[in-house]
Amino acid sequence: MPELTYRDAIRAALIEAMERDPTVLLLGEDIGLYQGTFRVTADLLARFGPRRVIDTPISEEGFVGAAIGMALLGLRPVVEVMTWNFSLLAFDQIVNNAAKVRYFSGGQVDVPLVIRGPNGAGVQLSAQHSQSVEVFYAHVPGLRVVAPATPADAWGLLRTALRGRDPVIFLENAALYGTKGPVPEGDGALPFGRAEVARPGRDVTIVAYSRMLLVALEAARQLADEGIDAEVINLRSLRPLDGETLVRSVAKTHRAVVVQEQWKPFGAAAEIAATIYEGAFDLLDAPVERVTGADVPMPYARELELLAIPHEADIVAAARRVLYRGGREAS
Amino acid sequence: MAEVIMPKMGDAMTEGKVLRWLKRPGDPVRKGEPIAEIETDKVNVELEAEWDGILSRVLVEPGSAVPVGAPIAVLTRPGEAPPAAEAPPPQGPVASPAATAAPPAAPVQAGTPAAPPATPPTGVVRASPLARRLAAEHGIPLETIRGSGPEGRITKDDVEAAIAARAARPAPAGAPAGPPAAVREVPLSRMRAAIARRMTESKQQVPHFYVTMAIAMDAALDLRRQLNARLPEAAKITVNDLVVRAAALALRRYPNLNASFAGETIRHPAAVNISIAVPVAEGLLSPVLHDVDRKPLWVIARESKALIERARAGHLRPDDLAGGTFTVSNLGPYGVEAFAAIVTPPQTAILAVGAATPTPVVRDGAVQVATVMRATLSADHRVTDGAEAAQFLGEIRRLLEAPVWLAAEVPEGELAG
Repeated sequence: MPELTYRDAIRAALIEAMERDPTVLLLGEDIGLYQGTFRVTADLLARFGPRRVIDTPISEEGFVGAAIGMALLGLRPVVEVMTWNFSLLAFDQIVNNAAKVRYFSGGQVDVPLVIRGPNGAGVQLSAQHSQSVEVFYAHVPGLRVVAPATPADAWGLLRTALRGRDPVIFLENAALYGTKGPVPEGDGALPFGRAEVARPGRDVTIVAYSRMLLVALEAARQLADEGIDAEVINLRSLRPLDGETLVRSVAKTHRAVVVQEQWKPFGAAAEIAATIYEGAFDLLDAPVERVTGADVPMPYARELELLAIPHEADIVAAARRVLYRGGREAS
Repeated sequence: MAEVIMPKMGDAMTEGKVLRWLKRPGDPVRKGEPIAEIETDKVNVELEAEWDGILSRVLVEPGSAVPVGAPIAVLTRPGEAPPAAEAPPPQGPVASPAATAAPPAAPVQAGTPAAPPATPPTGVVRASPLARRLAAEHGIPLETIRGSGPEGRITKDDVEAAIAARAARPAPAGAPAGPPAAVREVPLSRMRAAIARRMTESKQQVPHFYVTMAIAMDAALDLRRQLNARLPEAAKITVNDLVVRAAALALRRYPNLNASFAGETIRHPAAVNISIAVPVAEGLLSPVLHDVDRKPLWVIARESKALIERARAGHLRPDDLAGGTFTVSNLGPYGVEAFAAIVTPPQTAILAVGAATPTPVVRDGAVQVATVMRATLSADHRVTDGAEAAQFLGEIRRLLEAPVWLAAEVPEGELAG
């Protein structure tokens, strides 16, 4: 299995699709001549030409709308948003058109559209450019929302996205682009709605996705030093959500800690916790703990940004709480 | 709206079982009307409504035992809105004391509510869902488990510890024991278990001593004959009533015998409440005659008859078992000459009365026949001593041998030596 960076795994999946399927094309700001703000589309303009790698103006509503039109007419556009924060300009196109056209048309047309780009905080881009938008989209029927954490996830989920019939919200992470990991040489497509047990364990279930998976795995290593055997679930996909894997894990551990980078109120962790309560209520020995970002606009100052996002120590503390270890803090 | 709580019926009672509801949610109830039948350690009693209203909710399933003081139902007063539907779930059953093997409760003094084990006064047990399920699967009442989590939450570990502790205990009597045995094992009834526990406690913890006197009952029996000749059946006076009346007046003069030992203090109740030992089919009950020292003989006779009747019929009321400060046990009707009884904590003394029998006695150097009754006082040496017990018993003898005071109204403090 070759080792690839997260960035190159995405790029490889795009190249594979474009070579295999002539209807696949890319749109976005600075993806061609500039080769992509995060270099995901490096060299693709030269390789596939300006009809399939289209540099757009700064006009999210326009080029997302154009991509939806292409998809309705049989193409497979892949839109890069420079960060997911800019998708808010195209929110109406995504929520009211991409997600609903099949429904409005009685199933006559699909919108096989992938919108991808970096989501979340941690690279000092300040309040407007550091948001985690997953719940905005995971709330909406008609959309698929995935959040790969590893190069293999990125490869496998993007391959599935590029073969499906649905609009896919593909959430990357700026801090992950340089991370390396093995990527399968074959198909390696990962089905949506199927979570991965990234680390099996007996004592507590830690649920995470995207960059928080790496934080959760490090927390699990620290917990192991205390004799706590944590199971870490890599969700991969938020919509659909793999409740079955969550419940199976909690049935074994009887405790869960859910990690998200977003603000706590009405976040993904709330939905995940509720799914656990619904499926495993009388298997729980403690209330589900949420580890989340601070409920503030993301600060620019590095020290403050670090304080506003979850870290290993927060997860370790939450795991101790659900295990009733280390004091009697109210949960 | 008010909660109906599991009443404390008897000083050693820590929990009670709701046998059945006599009213259903939504039924109107009148003050004094029985709403449920409650089984205590020893006896079944009917719980009466304390006010008029609507029984809006029952919180305990029939067959479930709950700690004293725990809410078992909600009564809505006329005109009140019924309570919101956020009902706590009915309490799970608490096993019998034999099954839970909870440590025997220390003697509880009259007036102090017993502390229910590990249960907050709301009656809601905090437990994780998993702990609830495990406990239910193993038949362990949550009320018997102490929670180690935040705010006393019972966790999986707590239930597992309870399961392990139970497994470590010997199998209960009645377990299969190989080939048919020559001995038939009969599980203890609730009453038998309570008597066994409390009498063992008393004999182990209370340093008993005993004083006995012979009492000539001729004058007392003569008085009784005269009174009964004019009294209706329901108020006819028994020998026991005479003894109870004499004991009540004597207790006023010797309050130590009416007191109880409370560790650092001697506790003196204001009232003189005499328990009378009543044999019943399953064992023994000690219902209480209240404020006996303030009641004339004929009232004592009437009340004691009704009390004994209720005890035998299993219709004792909560008050009937609470607050006794002294006990009279009379085996005279069975032909017993004399016996010594075991003190019932927290009381200090018990008077054991034998039969009044024609007996040769020596008076003025001559042998005469007198009707003699032998009475033995058992007393707690932590509270009283031999001389005081003897003086107290002597006062009872004096009152019975010169019984005019038994028939008279005796104002407090008026009866001098």
